[in-house]
Amino acid sequence: MQEHTSVRRRRVAFNWRRWRIDPWLSLLLLVLVGSGLGVLYSAGGESRYLVEAQSMRFLAAFAVMAIVAQCPPHFLMRMVPVLYLLIVAMLVAVDVIGSHAMGATRWLEIPGVIRFQPSELMKIVMPMIIAAYLSKRDLPPNWTDLGVCLLLMGLPVALIAKQPDLGTSLLVASSAIFVVLLAGLSWRLVGFFFVLALAALPLLWLNMHGYQKQRVLTFLNPESDPLGAGWNIIQSKTAIGSGGLTGKGWMEGTQSQLEFLPERHTDFIVAVLGEEFGLMGMLLLLLCYLLIIARGLYMANKGADTFGRLLAGSLILTFFVYVFVNIGMVSGLLPVVGVPLPLVSYGGTASVTLMAGFGILMSIYTHRKSTS
Amino acid sequence: MVVVLIMLSTLVGRLVYLQVIKHDVFITRSDSNRMRVEPLPPNRGLIFDRNHKVLAENRPTYNLTIVRERADDLDQTLDLLVDILGLSDDKIDTFKKRSRQRQRPYQPALLMSDLSEAQIASLAVNRYRLPGVSVEAQLLRYYPESVAMSHVLGYVGRISESDLERLDSSNYAGTHFVGKLGVERFYENELHGKVGYRTVETNARGRALRELDRTPPESGRNLTLTIDSDLQALGYKLLTGKRGAIVAINPQTGGILAMVSTPGYDTNQFVTGIDSKSYRALQDDLDLPLYNRAVRGQYPPASTVKPYMSLAGLENGVITPQTTVYDPGYYKLPNDSRRYRNWLRWGHGRVDMRRAIRVSNDTYFYTVAHRLGISRLSEFMHRFGYGEAHSLDVWGAQSGIMPSQEWKRGRFGKPWYPGETLSVGIGQGYWLATPLQMATAASVLANKGKWIRPHLAKEIGDTEVAPPFPETPPDIELKNSNWWNLVDQGLEDVIQSGEGTARSLQQGLQYTMAGKTGTAQVFTLGQNQKYNASELRERLRDHALFIAFAPVDDPQIAIALIIENGGGDHLAAPIGRKMLDEWLLLRLDKADSETPRLDELARGASDH
Repeated sequence: MQEHTSVRRRRVAFNWRRWRIDPWLSLLLLVLVGSGLGVLYSAGGESRYLVEAQSMRFLAAFAVMAIVAQCPPHFLMRMVPVLYLLIVAMLVAVDVIGSHAMGATRWLEIPGVIRFQPSELMKIVMPMIIAAYLSKRDLPPNWTDLGVCLLLMGLPVALIAKQPDLGTSLLVASSAIFVVLLAGLSWRLVGFFFVLALAALPLLWLNMHGYQKQRVLTFLNPESDPLGAGWNIIQSKTAIGSGGLTGKGWMEGTQSQLEFLPERHTDFIVAVLGEEFGLMGMLLLLLCYLLIIARGLYMANKGADTFGRLLAGSLILTFFVYVFVNIGMVSGLLPVVGVPLPLVSYGGTASVTLMAGFGILMSIYTHRKSTS
Repeated sequence: MVVVLIMLSTLVGRLVYLQVIKHDVFITRSDSNRMRVEPLPPNRGLIFDRNHKVLAENRPTYNLTIVRERADDLDQTLDLLVDILGLSDDKIDTFKKRSRQRQRPYQPALLMSDLSEAQIASLAVNRYRLPGVSVEAQLLRYYPESVAMSHVLGYVGRISESDLERLDSSNYAGTHFVGKLGVERFYENELHGKVGYRTVETNARGRALRELDRTPPESGRNLTLTIDSDLQALGYKLLTGKRGAIVAINPQTGGILAMVSTPGYDTNQFVTGIDSKSYRALQDDLDLPLYNRAVRGQYPPASTVKPYMSLAGLENGVITPQTTVYDPGYYKLPNDSRRYRNWLRWGHGRVDMRRAIRVSNDTYFYTVAHRLGISRLSEFMHRFGYGEAHSLDVWGAQSGIMPSQEWKRGRFGKPWYPGETLSVGIGQGYWLATPLQMATAASVLANKGKWIRPHLAKEIGDTEVAPPFPETPPDIELKNSNWWNLVDQGLEDVIQSGEGTARSLQQGLQYTMAGKTGTAQVFTLGQNQKYNASELRERLRDHALFIAFAPVDDPQIAIALIIENGGGDHLAAPIGRKMLDEWLLLRLDKADSETPRLDELARGASDH
């Protein structure tokens, strides 16, 4: 029975398997990216330039995904320690010589060649190193393992938070935590860490920058400063709320077209969608994400080894955290942290990293036969 | 997976809350975000004289404004502006003050009005260096004959805090100017018009992108005045260099033909906002150019009241036309040694009413006044408008003082003394009247008691301003209507008789004219006047007055004029004659070709 289905599958999906690409996931990603470009066209003030630039990035991102998908998981596992140390080194370099953007030092630049954020790469490498480490240990992890994991996680997270980039550091941390959770942490320990995290909140507050504190305060009461810090969140809620059930129509959103909505083609792009396509559009978007995550989890579950399963699960869950944090922030559920809407917001590095993550996911899923 | 679903449901819940439950709140908020209602101020109505000559118009001018929030470096920008416009450095301070004047963000503040062509050009060239600075076109009030017309028209000026309290703020949204004085003030409602609105869609930076809805403004109504600008100009010319006032009224319509007060001032200065130095100069001017003598100046009417005194005596039966009084040069009250002097020290001998008017005998009118008593005298003079403000639309017209026992008790808490009645009897003492009141009384006299309230507006828009006017005082009906003619004869004698006080006017006179001279004594200096020896001597001179109307049997113009410290009445009467000539000669010529009834007068004109 099992033999039979796999034979049939092999025949039908032979080409896909050979190219290490998952057709379902790819289709869902294409749908998401395609609709995202449509929203971007409207959000960017009908700028063809933005859409073209973004399309080029996605082409590159899909290429990265395809390439990464070719690398077998055990190869990745071998490469991880080197990558990890390299990126930590780069983070330190950023701290010393990085260039500024928006008051934060995030970029590393080799002039004329490339300019990128090492913290982005860490989003992938972090779950990899944890998964690689834990997969060598007995599961569930003991206290020593947890200590090691905390160390592996803590150093880069601290460096990123220092840049300062709270959003990314939290995402990196959560990707590591997902691995540990998937590795089978007992609920008592989960509870213990939760309490610990709560206790650490005041400490976090004390170490925040002024603008970060402001964002949190603004989140708690946006009306306190409607023209200043509260502007973003008031305008985005207004945009989403005024969209209603069916929306104002593509390119008809007054909030976004008349530039009331800030950062409308980057972090707040979902507000444009909410305004122009209403609740229907938002539900379709969420459905699309849900299908991607469901497919991702299914694929992770099929991973050949512990490393693969842990890594794939963490990647897909981090992807979900992206979605949740971004939409939660734009709709006023969460404080404003700089997290883009995955694969829809304008921007290059984040898309490439995400697609690389999906590449790894596909690699893990498609290499399960050869490793077992 | 369960956790994922729960979290997604939270998001969905939030979206449903925002987009379905709170949808109304947010749709309103997004509309108020993008839509802005902008007022469209109406164009102010123009003002014309009776011959449709423009007296007040709206000229396009260019203003320099700045939006502080858009200027990168405000101080630097202001320095640069002073440089570009070629202004003196002290303007920087003015600019700085003005740039701070308004507190609302992103509202343009007015830096300078009335830019020249050259300044506009150099601003355009340097525009890229001047963020936030813009040149705005605006219609600005302009008065072509500002000085001569200053006290008639008044002026418009920037709306002040106190103006705001009395104005309908919604109708004045977008309007910057409001009538402050004169016709501009009185007919503010008619001239202003009705504000329009447009709804525009704006972006987050407040720039209007497109118009969604428009209610056009209704322009103010044009105003045609009864004023004849030629007559006004002549009057102003005749009084130039003097302090005085002339008011001329058409008795048949009540229309004010001229209303001069000298010195005048340039009202155009006030439109854009007069600088404090010039304003102080105007205020400190001893000749009080800002003071509208024609309607606010209160003077003793002096001997010009003698025709009304005669009528008061006749009507109350204290004299008859034949009553004579012997004038030894003074009048004495019974049981009083004080002598009330006639202006001619040695007296006029025996005088009847007609001669008393002709020679302006004081003793005769002391007698009439004494016989009347202050109550009857006062009551009768109120019927001619003394102590009343009967003008229809003259802004700021004063009522003068027509004294009475009650008035004195109310004012000073003292009883009335019989001697005071005598002073009042020759238009002195407490009796004060404005030139407008004197002209009005002369006009009622010319009309033989028929009242028409004097007014400045001839047409408002297309609507004729014509009697009957509300609150018109009752016509004066005498027991014997022939008494009007007797008094008129006396007034004609003033000019035609060899002993008339204005006999110098008879030379070449081409129409019949009734007139009365007056000389008002000046007792005290005004309170705010500075002491100056040579000035003082001049300022202690008597005021010269003259009232007249003509032609006597078909009055077309009545006039009152006063020259402050003009000395004797010899100065005032010739000016009155020139005004009447200006108005009547042309019209009588024309009337001649149409109606042969006035052929006598026309022959006189052609002989000349």
